Amino acid sequence: MNTESELTAALARGLDDTPDHLRRLHDRLAAAAQAEGVLDVAYRTVDSPVGSLLLAATDLGLVRVAYDIEDHETVLQALADQISPRVLSSAARLDEVVRELDEYFEGRRRTFDVTLDWRLSKGFRSTVLHALPGIGYGHTASYADVAQLAGNPKAVRAVGSACATNPLPVVVPCHRVVRSDGAMGGYLGGVEAKRTLLGLESAA
Amino acid sequence: MTGKPTFETIVATHGPTVLRVCRAVVGAGEADDAWSETFLSAIRAYPDLPADANVEAWLVTIAHRKAIDITRRTARNPIPVAAPPDAPGLGDAEQFGHDTELVGALEHLTPKQRQAVAYHYLGGLPYTEVAAIIGGNTNAARRAAADGIANLRRTYPGASTKERTAQ
Repeated sequence: MNTESELTAALARGLDDTPDHLRRLHDRLAAAAQAEGVLDVAYRTVDSPVGSLLLAATDLGLVRVAYDIEDHETVLQALADQISPRVLSSAARLDEVVRELDEYFEGRRRTFDVTLDWRLSKGFRSTVLHALPGIGYGHTASYADVAQLAGNPKAVRAVGSACATNPLPVVVPCHRVVRSDGAMGGYLGGVEAKRTLLGLESAA
Repeated sequence: MTGKPTFETIVATHGPTVLRVCRAVVGAGEADDAWSETFLSAIRAYPDLPADANVEAWLVTIAHRKAIDITRRTARNPIPVAAPPDAPGLGDAEQFGHDTELVGALEHLTPKQRQAVAYHYLGGLPYTEVAAIIGGNTNAARRAAADGIANLRRTYPGASTKERTAQ
């Protein structure tokens, strides 16, 4: 204990706490922030048959569902930039979404009832995404069909980009949009995830 | 465009440091409340914090104000001050051994010394920032921290024994 740095390092060690304790303080903070209305974006992750899903909600509703391949840290930073930097992990606001997703992946749910916050999709893309729940569970539609459904039959490519940038995949079923020749087409969660979801829906 | 980190990142990055600072300044018994009030206050103000601000200094400044509030509250409603080594919030005292004795020795410092040591050595703030928080000039802050360290050496049994052996 001869040097100042040894002394202060020992002091820091003596004052240090366990990750568990910090986790409890974090959760207490999230609850207090929620109660005060300053938790703008709450998020958590869930494991699913299509990998780890990031779920984020504002006080208006579910605002973002993200696949692992989108990189959750990047998605969280984008939420901070686009909505608010007051982002905290907090399970409470997402309980209902998690329950509905569980039911969906178990084949016991065909439509989602949770409230959605659509603020991340704008213009025609938003129109396209709003039309997607019109494709029923277990069915598929072509990009051209969806363009028609969204009121602009020529905008086939725009439908593709709307699906590719869907902020609410799984819940807003862009996985049900396939190519007119019957091929599966791309998917923002990866083709394997699309195959899994379509397989799940056709089996149920 | 990438702006400010998420508040989650702020808590993960600075939470442990702020907790150490709170423990040093208000003691283990009140540290959790000081930490919670600090971060709740911080998340409220976070959207307005300039993107290039020194986040650690900002948090330590808030923690300092909250610590003063808490000290005033407990002065009005005195409760026996728990000695840090045995305080329940500190966890398993055994595992820290001599380090917790050192934490106990913080009680023998004056409030200014304790704050200067905490903000400079635990919070990592330069003395100009420390002075801005606790008042007075940079030299006074440096002196308070040095006196605090000297005081810790005197009162901390482990340190003084070793020092005597070294002499």
